[in-house]
Amino acid sequence: MERLKIATVWLGGCAGCHMSFLDLDEFLIDLAGKVDLVYSPIADVKEYPEGVDVCLIEGAVCNDDNLEILHQVRARTKVLVSFGDCAVTGNVPAMRNQFGLGNADNVLQRAYIDNAQFNPVKPRQDGIVPLLRERVQPVHELVRVEYFLPGCPPPADCIKALMVQVLEGKTPKLEGRQLKFG
Amino acid sequence: MAAKTLTIDGKQISAEEGETILFAATEAGIKIPTLCHLEGVYDIGACRLCLVEVKGTPKLLPACTVKVAEGMEVSTDTERLRKYRRMTLELLFAERNHICAVCVANGHCELQSLAYGCGLEHVHYDYLFPRWEVDNTHRLFGMDHNRCILCTRCVRSCWHIEGAGTKNVSGRGAKSKIITDLNQPWGDSESCTECGKCVMSCPTGALFRKGSTVAESVRDRSKLEFIVNAREKKQWNA
Amino acid sequence: MDETMILNDLLQVKDHELAAQKKIVLRCCLAAGCISSNSKGVKEQLDKAVADAGLQDEVEVRGVGCMKLCCDGPLVQADPQNKLFIKVTPENAPAIVSALKGGKTNLEMGDPNASFFTKQLSIVLANSGIVDPERIQSYIAADGYLALHEVLNEMAPKDVVEVMVKSGLRGRGGAGFPTGLKWGTVAKSSGAKKYVICNADEGDPGAFMDRSVLESDPHSILEGMAIAAYAVGADQGYIYVRAEYPLAISRLQLAIKQAKQMGLLGAGIFESPFNFNIDIRIGAGAFVCGEETALMMSVEGKRGTPRPRPPFPAESGLFGCPTLLNNVETFANVPAIYRQGAEWFAGIGTEKSKGTKVFALAGKIKNTGLIEVPMGTPLRTIVEEMGGGAPDGGKIKAVQTGGPSGGCIPSQHLDTPVDYESLGKLGSIMGSGGMIVMDETTKMVDVARFFMEFCMDESCGKCIPCRAGTVQMHNLLDKILKRKATARDLATLEELCDMVRNTSLCGLGQTAPNPTMSTLRFFRNEYEELLQPDTFNPPTHGAAARHESATK
Repeated sequence: MERLKIATVWLGGCAGCHMSFLDLDEFLIDLAGKVDLVYSPIADVKEYPEGVDVCLIEGAVCNDDNLEILHQVRARTKVLVSFGDCAVTGNVPAMRNQFGLGNADNVLQRAYIDNAQFNPVKPRQDGIVPLLRERVQPVHELVRVEYFLPGCPPPADCIKALMVQVLEGKTPKLEGRQLKFG
Repeated sequence: MAAKTLTIDGKQISAEEGETILFAATEAGIKIPTLCHLEGVYDIGACRLCLVEVKGTPKLLPACTVKVAEGMEVSTDTERLRKYRRMTLELLFAERNHICAVCVANGHCELQSLAYGCGLEHVHYDYLFPRWEVDNTHRLFGMDHNRCILCTRCVRSCWHIEGAGTKNVSGRGAKSKIITDLNQPWGDSESCTECGKCVMSCPTGALFRKGSTVAESVRDRSKLEFIVNAREKKQWNA
Repeated sequence: MDETMILNDLLQVKDHELAAQKKIVLRCCLAAGCISSNSKGVKEQLDKAVADAGLQDEVEVRGVGCMKLCCDGPLVQADPQNKLFIKVTPENAPAIVSALKGGKTNLEMGDPNASFFTKQLSIVLANSGIVDPERIQSYIAADGYLALHEVLNEMAPKDVVEVMVKSGLRGRGGAGFPTGLKWGTVAKSSGAKKYVICNADEGDPGAFMDRSVLESDPHSILEGMAIAAYAVGADQGYIYVRAEYPLAISRLQLAIKQAKQMGLLGAGIFESPFNFNIDIRIGAGAFVCGEETALMMSVEGKRGTPRPRPPFPAESGLFGCPTLLNNVETFANVPAIYRQGAEWFAGIGTEKSKGTKVFALAGKIKNTGLIEVPMGTPLRTIVEEMGGGAPDGGKIKAVQTGGPSGGCIPSQHLDTPVDYESLGKLGSIMGSGGMIVMDETTKMVDVARFFMEFCMDESCGKCIPCRAGTVQMHNLLDKILKRKATARDLATLEELCDMVRNTSLCGLGQTAPNPTMSTLRFFRNEYEELLQPDTFNPPTHGAAARHESATK
């Protein structure tokens, strides 16, 4: 059997979900024996490849760059898993939505002008610094998502439970506290 | 009091006349999800999570307010009810800003545990992200309206257990809000006795003790029950 | 000053009033609609013109209630000439007075023999536009309070209930619960104290029937409530009327005062042991307070939120006592039923819906105003014959009944008779009587959004499905209208409609999806035309299936 191609992606989040992924410890070794990790923030690959079987996607969609990556990932991935609360609910990155639509400018104002001690200036480097989107959105509001793994972060054993089932080609069945938000 | 026999989820049980379906089911070890119900205060049938099907009645009935009757056939866990419960919870999550990761009640929250209990792993509806304030003016307690689900347990325990009548509801619809006295900052309230019963009764992290941080807000609801039992049934054993 | 009234006194008042009647009566509408077009000025100038012409002994200018054809107000009708003056201005007054004497005028005239009037059958509105609502004598002259006298002196309470059962009257508030059954239940409930409440918290957009009845014939409500109170054993009544109806409130206050002065309310009415008082409670603008349990909370002085039933108000209502709660129009039917008999009433209408129904005809239609028709009248008769069809020869697309709790009946169903069952089958409801006509220019998704917004704003916030569900449904409708929605959004909307309808605590939430569901049923294409292609389109086999086959 051909080895499955696995990817993990990091959008607007704290990388805590990836830390939890690394907490899989020895299961990572089992995993490495069965799959190819073709793209991940923990692997030095520049371009998201075609034909990925399973992708865990961490983080909410906060800026144009996130969105562009997300669309690319969706187009090149068979099974997309919303990985962690930011991807599933928007979580902490989405708290800025409470300040209304079109708040991107206010956010920058607060961060880079109001609270600046030196050199107050809003970062704007077109083509280099991605523009903030009007509102932060969870992944499933923008593209189709096959499975959801909430948690902040999802505990390693939940990731393992999900991965084992997905790798066996099953529809993963998580229940009870495995699905806890937060 | 006459005994009534009925079946709940196919299980034959007997209950006393005047008991609610919820009470009878709980006695029989059948768990019906609830949010606005709280032992010790009267029921209002508002959260709609405890809706059950009763054979012969086309409408769904709230188990917390409907009394048992002879020969009643109750179903508490049909596919339809599970679907509605999940939708109700999803509506709640989308309505205000429930960010479990940074909530004092994380791990001790009834909304959170009901959600995973119902297999709710994501919300289908668009999150509304309303802007609500936090009232931190009280010496001991705080109120975060972002996490409020308007179950009014705090209002009921304030009026009917403590008798202070500090908490109330203002506004209507999605703009409804739990207020203190005449919509004053909690810290300015003259009627508040600082008893903390509202905090004990809150199912989420909306009401909290100051100084508690993420996941530290463990509620002790048994105190409320103890007071009510002591007062109404003269039972002083905790 | 309370004094005991006996039948002779009542008949004396009637005879005196009839004897004092002048040869010519100029009835001038002083209900809220015409007043807003300055009918008060018209009445003043008519009084002056009559005096100027020296006709005071011959002509009475009578301020009356609604004369129904509201679109042509202010209205003035001359009897016995049977002339209807429309769109009257104060300046027209001298010309009207001279017309009484056969003078030629070029005033705008209405046709009192038009189908708008001749197809009507007035029971509830029998006195409307005829008696002076501010003078109890005028009501007594029209046989007012005779039914109360007969009931108190010649009937036992259970016989009164029996007559109501036989009449077949059903609640006019919308749901159509049999009134006699309700009265019987309250009568049988044990309790030393019982209440009768009149629900005058009319709130459906476009509905103004109850307001007109209150403004035009307040005593019929008082008499109806008194009869009901006697039947069920209550001694206190409340009229819950919305603050937005100041004229109705002042006329009710005046009517109660006059009835008390004549001993028609108070202790020992008509020398019987029956005591009955009525007080007014004024609503503070919440639509949900038209829901009976919320209304009672409000009367008690609490936050107006509904509570689950059972217990029903008939067992445990206002202040925990057995309570009879009926709508304005229901009470307005009562005196006529006892004056003319249950058989007479049951002979009108259809098998299951007896009597008449008052509708407030509004929207894209030539003749707007109040109509009262026998139950079972086809919608087409109302809309095309009486209403005169859409203005400017437009085509009627749908008729909306039942306000935010009702539905839209498309033009192909215009032959439907108006009765509770037939409207229910079409996914609408009789409702309290709002009837809004829509023509081809009306966008049905817009209509659905309008009513959903109304319900969202008026939800009390107590139960989750109504509070949060109406917001989501409104947002989805808005998204569809803005051409940003996909078929998935429509599916979510339909799922929410089903859920909110089945799980909400009170009627407001349970019926909030009705306008959306009924427009989806009859005008689904209008929704689908607005949908955008779904970029999420799941692959034909479903993602999971595809993945499974890939890994096998």
